[in-house]
Amino acid sequence: MSMSTGLDSGISLTRRTLLKGAGALAGLALYLRMSPSLGAEEVRKYGADAMPGGTVDNPLVFVNIDPAGLVTITIHRPEMGQGIRTSLAMVIADELGAKWEHVRVTQAPGDEARYGNQNTDGSRSMRHFFAPMRRVGAAARMMLEAAAAAHWGVPVAEVAAGEHEVVHSNTGRRLSYGELATAAMKQPVPERARLRLKDPSEFRYIGKSNVPLIDGPDMVSGRAQYSIDVRMDGMVYAVIARPPVLGATLAKYDDSAALKVPGVLRVVALEGKPLPPRYNALGGVAVIASNTWAAMKGREALVLEWNDGDNASYDSASYRKILEAQARKPGKVVRNDGDALAVLAKSKKRIEAEYYMPHIAHATMEPPCATARFADGKCEVWAGVQSPQEARDIIAENLGIDNSRVSVNVPLLGGGFGRRSKCDFAVEAALLAKIMEGRPVKVVWTREDDLRHDYYHTVSLQHLEAALDEQGKPIAWLHRSAAPTIVSTFVANATNQSPFEVGMGAVNVPFQIPNLRVETAEVPAHTRIGWFRSVSNIPHGVATQCFVDELAAAAGRDPKDYLLELIGPPRRIDPRALSDGWNYDEAPDVYVVDTGRLRHVIELAAREARWGRELPRGRGQGIAAMYSFLTYVAAVVEVSVENGVLTIPRIDVALDCGVLVNPDRIRAQVEGSCVMAVSLATLGEITFERGRAVQGNFHEYQISRIHEAPREIYVHLVPSRFDVPLGGVGEPAVPPIAPALLNAIYAATGKRIRQLPLRDQLAT
Amino acid sequence: MSYTITVNGASLVLDVPGDMPLLWALRDIGGLTGTKFGCGMGLCGACTVHIDGEATRACVTPVAAVVGKQVTTIEGIGSDKVGKAVQQAWLELGVPQCGYCQPGQIMSATALLRRNPKPNDRQIDEAMSGNLCRCGTYTRIRAAIKRAADTAGSPT
Repeated sequence: MSMSTGLDSGISLTRRTLLKGAGALAGLALYLRMSPSLGAEEVRKYGADAMPGGTVDNPLVFVNIDPAGLVTITIHRPEMGQGIRTSLAMVIADELGAKWEHVRVTQAPGDEARYGNQNTDGSRSMRHFFAPMRRVGAAARMMLEAAAAAHWGVPVAEVAAGEHEVVHSNTGRRLSYGELATAAMKQPVPERARLRLKDPSEFRYIGKSNVPLIDGPDMVSGRAQYSIDVRMDGMVYAVIARPPVLGATLAKYDDSAALKVPGVLRVVALEGKPLPPRYNALGGVAVIASNTWAAMKGREALVLEWNDGDNASYDSASYRKILEAQARKPGKVVRNDGDALAVLAKSKKRIEAEYYMPHIAHATMEPPCATARFADGKCEVWAGVQSPQEARDIIAENLGIDNSRVSVNVPLLGGGFGRRSKCDFAVEAALLAKIMEGRPVKVVWTREDDLRHDYYHTVSLQHLEAALDEQGKPIAWLHRSAAPTIVSTFVANATNQSPFEVGMGAVNVPFQIPNLRVETAEVPAHTRIGWFRSVSNIPHGVATQCFVDELAAAAGRDPKDYLLELIGPPRRIDPRALSDGWNYDEAPDVYVVDTGRLRHVIELAAREARWGRELPRGRGQGIAAMYSFLTYVAAVVEVSVENGVLTIPRIDVALDCGVLVNPDRIRAQVEGSCVMAVSLATLGEITFERGRAVQGNFHEYQISRIHEAPREIYVHLVPSRFDVPLGGVGEPAVPPIAPALLNAIYAATGKRIRQLPLRDQLAT
Repeated sequence: MSYTITVNGASLVLDVPGDMPLLWALRDIGGLTGTKFGCGMGLCGACTVHIDGEATRACVTPVAAVVGKQVTTIEGIGSDKVGKAVQQAWLELGVPQCGYCQPGQIMSATALLRRNPKPNDRQIDEAMSGNLCRCGTYTRIRAAIKRAADTAGSPT
């Protein structure tokens, strides 16, 4: 056995140990890595290399070709609507030279040692796996070429792969991929340095929108398999009554009526674990039945008594006052250029505003659901989770068995948005499967379970102040952000936002303001706080982009011109100069903040939206721009307000993510981002009373319907360039939409909306 | 109690309580999992099926209420000319993202086009506002309904 040497492996070990104890999730890893005990900069890894499992580019892991020529590509990243099963397959198929009609995909189980990192979160899939998957395809193509050359006894330089075949140039002889498959798989895998990647001009699928959705036919015919569709012989169905307050414990329960419901087989109490919540099962009482309906009816018949515990004090109305009080007094300084406080104190023109955003719930259309079977000391799980290896590790820990005895299969996810990064529901299925040993157990969450036991998007209060000079330009900027931190879900009593949260749109504002100070406020968490698509960029985006609009109005300037002026001339900024040591965990010298690209998307969106054109009364345009997930996005939202009723005739979004791998899916992500952002800006709110989430179903927690969604969405993609690193796509289009919408409402009505959701604030 | 219902033209015998929602009878007993659970209160439309051609929320429709009626689910809608056109339009325009709500969307859209072959935007809003999509595919849904209206011609 060899000992690894060097600081690097020592630190990796430390981190791994810490992570195992703390829940092993990427965001916390990022949090911990920022702490001084781990922070030796010279050994810090970035990007995919910093993720557990890193990357794997072995074609034998990802590509199988059968003698009939059918290419089966293994997709290791879960599919949650981003189209990754299509897009990663496109990348491999393109470099491989495969005909698309001969390409199939299969979904990998959770196994990062084999496949590389699978944590599908943070808009990372294509950012981290475009290059490795190109290498996979190129290596497989070269193995086919080598096999053909060997077969003909000619130098490999004389053969070339074409479309699903290899051709010998001198003689015109051809061998199909199917004919070569067996021999090719036995060829040595070419070294990375020897790989011949295609020139982008040779791409046939990458950058084009000529490949249909690989799951499309199954999705439109009802054949697509989600977790909730798993069916197994002898399977039973479970519905769980969970503690209504975070940390509440079961005092007593009476299951006699539940057991009389036809179909109910068994009722079992599940003990919850001590806080922090992590990804643990919440505990409660599970009703196991022969079908879902019986399990639901059985749960209704339970008589339950809880000891609510400390979090029963959580009340959204009074908590808002705590946020306000904390945001109005000095907090922890996380960025400090110049002396903003002194300039503000003596300023003649001082503007102040506060923005409130409530908790929101992910509300994936498929509620959380998982099936597990425990037999012979092994557990097999079927769960649409965003991070299947983490789910596997956490399930193993919960069952007290080695993770080699747990397998996690990943059906399609009926929406993710960060909810399915947390595998609590899969842990529940595994625990119940162990109790029901030998019988598969499917745990189904109802919508009420989902909305009342989410890992909620954080509630927040953003306090901003600025001092303007004679020309109306800000000379001082103070942003104090108060929000319970995601870290509280993993570390008891964490009360301050972490670098990865303030690094999402608060500390890293790319504005040329000489005195700029950002602080965070200490506030406790009383519920599970978690990632929601775009995360802290949402409240920080609303705050900074609406505040810029307010400053522009105070200065009597056009909002777009003012925003551009604040950003300043095109330049490349080291994110560390913006106090962003986190930088989405990407290398700061590779991923610089390029204000030229940010300016460009603003100008592009404005031009395409015909910014500033004459509009009828009651109509208005608003603009906002955000750099998030390493991608530049600007949005112009056009609104109409008639008799207090808001409609959104049009949104224009310009996006620059570097390389456009699958433009149609990028457009789809942007369109979806617009709708989700409109939804959270206008309707979404979870409130707490007596520690309990109030809203239970879609009549109370509303999300936008077709008539409330933007009527037209125009997506303007900046053409691919290969001299910049890839940015994310799934999340970065969300943050600018809500502020652009609120700014448009101001333009249309003169009314500033500083509290989300909008709901009936425009009613006259 | 035993109920015999007709689903996609075939008989399905269900030995379930009469108040069991059609949704769970189809999914758990019938094995027809294309019809989705989203809310259980008729609020999201993921469970939309056709009962005698009418778009209906299966999660709030008891099994006992559909005896003697024709139930069509997403698994069977492709044999309908309009349904086929809708599915085709969905694929051509790349409507689905996660895809979970799309069976319900397709059932609602097909019911709309069968009674109104050329719906305007307001009529599309009215017919489709009961179907939620969290991925936000609404602009493509609207476009796909118009595409299907163009290709389906008059309903059979």
